[in-house]
Amino acid sequence: MSSIRVTKTGNEIFAEAMRQINPDVVAAYPITPATEIVQIFSQFVADGVVKTEYIAVESEHSAMSACIGSSATGARTMTGTSSQGLALMWEMLYIAAGLRLPIIMAVVNRALSSPINIHCDHSDTMGARDSGWIQIYSENVQEAYDNLIQAVKIAEHPEVRLPVMATTDGFILSHCLEVAEMLDDGDVQKFIGTPPERRTVLDFENPITLGALDLQDYYFEHRRQIAEAMLNSTRIIDAIADEYAELTGRRYGFFEKYKLDDAEYALVLIGSTAGTAKDVVDRLRSKGRKVGLMKIRVFRPFDYLKVRQSLENIKVIGVMDRADGLNSFCGPLYTEICTSLYEAHKRPILMNFIYGLGGREVRDEDIENIFEQLFKTEKTGKTTNTMYIGVRE
Amino acid sequence: MPSIKELAKRKEKFVSGHRLCPGCGAGVIARLVMLAIDRPVVVGCATGCLEVSSTIFPYTSWDTPFIHSAFENAAATISGVETAYKALKKQGKINKDIVFVAFGGDGGTYDIGLQSLSGAAERGHRMLYVCYNNQAYMNTGVQRSSATPKGASTTTSPAGKVIPGKTQFSKDIMSIMVAHYIPYAAQTIPGRWNDIVNKVEKAINTNGFSFINVLSPCRLGWPHKPELAMEITRLAVETCFWPLYEVIDGKYKLNYRPKEKKPIEEWLKLQGRFAHVLKPGNEHLLEAIQNEVDRRWENLLKKCETT
Repeated sequence: MSSIRVTKTGNEIFAEAMRQINPDVVAAYPITPATEIVQIFSQFVADGVVKTEYIAVESEHSAMSACIGSSATGARTMTGTSSQGLALMWEMLYIAAGLRLPIIMAVVNRALSSPINIHCDHSDTMGARDSGWIQIYSENVQEAYDNLIQAVKIAEHPEVRLPVMATTDGFILSHCLEVAEMLDDGDVQKFIGTPPERRTVLDFENPITLGALDLQDYYFEHRRQIAEAMLNSTRIIDAIADEYAELTGRRYGFFEKYKLDDAEYALVLIGSTAGTAKDVVDRLRSKGRKVGLMKIRVFRPFDYLKVRQSLENIKVIGVMDRADGLNSFCGPLYTEICTSLYEAHKRPILMNFIYGLGGREVRDEDIENIFEQLFKTEKTGKTTNTMYIGVRE
Repeated sequence: MPSIKELAKRKEKFVSGHRLCPGCGAGVIARLVMLAIDRPVVVGCATGCLEVSSTIFPYTSWDTPFIHSAFENAAATISGVETAYKALKKQGKINKDIVFVAFGGDGGTYDIGLQSLSGAAERGHRMLYVCYNNQAYMNTGVQRSSATPKGASTTTSPAGKVIPGKTQFSKDIMSIMVAHYIPYAAQTIPGRWNDIVNKVEKAINTNGFSFINVLSPCRLGWPHKPELAMEITRLAVETCFWPLYEVIDGKYKLNYRPKEKKPIEEWLKLQGRFAHVLKPGNEHLLEAIQNEVDRRWENLLKKCETT
């Protein structure tokens, strides 16, 4: 294996990963802050660097529709989007998963309207969390690259055959230059291999009807199969992570534990804020506080059992959500963590913090304050309602 | 063009067992379109009567690859199939000559699917889009669409005490498609098998995007006697409500000129949705409809002369 060290933004590295994946078809539509991905990729197509046929569709709805048509032929198919674009694809996200099409999508996380905002939060992909797509989030540019390449292999695995989205935080990663290691083009091709055989709409000897009407007598079984595929994917994601680690030395699980094993106070969060939080953890550790961090990488499927095992001995946990559930109670990550811990022998005190909506800065002081809240709560034993961080009340 | 004998000998790709109503135009249209295509063909279909009636799992009436994804995106979906085919062909992974056809009802074409259709037409995918146009949302129970003719009573434009059915004339989808400068667009009916077969043949041999608008009678929504289905489509032509014409590379060509243009009333009176139009007191409505039919017919004749 050989690798090269590059300095790239999140968008550039996604585009580079797509070049190396060299899909048969890309259908996409521009949207800030994901536009560059397909813009750079279009240039690869125009220069003949890739074999890809590019469909410059007239909307994200048509982007996902065209991806569905393309993937139904067995062609390796990719797209990229963000925020409103993802929202416009909503209907088709469910259909892509329901038809068991291994489409791969690079998503840049951005707030949803209204009010309109182009900056980072996770409301867009959190809204798609029950669509049947596998979701992999990235802390930095390196992870974005590694996640997108693994996504291909996960999606196409015969026991999975589900679409996968790999995401970066809008602007924070999409537009931020970082140093990362890229694999050799050939190694990427060797790693992803040729797509495994599946039945397609170009088979005239055994023609299939894809997208048939399922009524009371079959719909449930087909939905059940999707649930089974999602369950299978937990094993496959791990196996592919091992394979990738062998190739690169970089091993990613469903989540990363940072100084968590002996921690008494911990944060759980997703995405780029993990970088800031790790700094704060280090600082507090140097002051003797037993603090740690869990960074969720794979949100769908969610590894409830391992999350529970890793969190159940902690005294107080702060779950940081970069999206609001607007359910009068908590954010979406909190729901998952809470569910994970229900079966725990000793349930930690759980607190929910909503932060960073619409790209609102989250500073190390903010995270320190959150830890302070955790310390205080342990003493008083009193939890509070969901708290909003860095907002003018 | 094949003779009816030759057509009858071809292998059916839209086969019996579907659950469309007796007297429905969509089944006749699907069967004729599929018979006219004497090559491997992938079919895409918008959600609607044709799709729900022909693909009830675990059965299918399509003896050829078929894909349905949603309502508003048959054109985009099949454009993805066609593009992937191009990619795979270029790589030598497939060497067949394949035809791509999308079917959509008027709702999926004129209304909710217009953007997807326009996008696919503009990008110039090599595909045929067939609109089986029964002039309302029949699958959901006869709601008005922008293809519904003026005066027609539907469940969302009912003929009431104050409002006499749909108040607007139908959208001119043919002009919209022609404005995309696509190489082939045509209007036809299932009641003339040779006309529709001929047009489908031309369309699939066109290098680019083609569009065919087919009038599709709906015995429940229009409603009409099921045995009159094909006759009603021919009467739509004889009254010049639904002229048979083609637009080839921007050039309009009238395929049939009635010897004697029949009054629109002849067509309306066979359909329950226009019953109120023909009642005393609504003469002004009948006149307005006739005037619009005349205006559109004259416009078409002018285009045929001048292009």
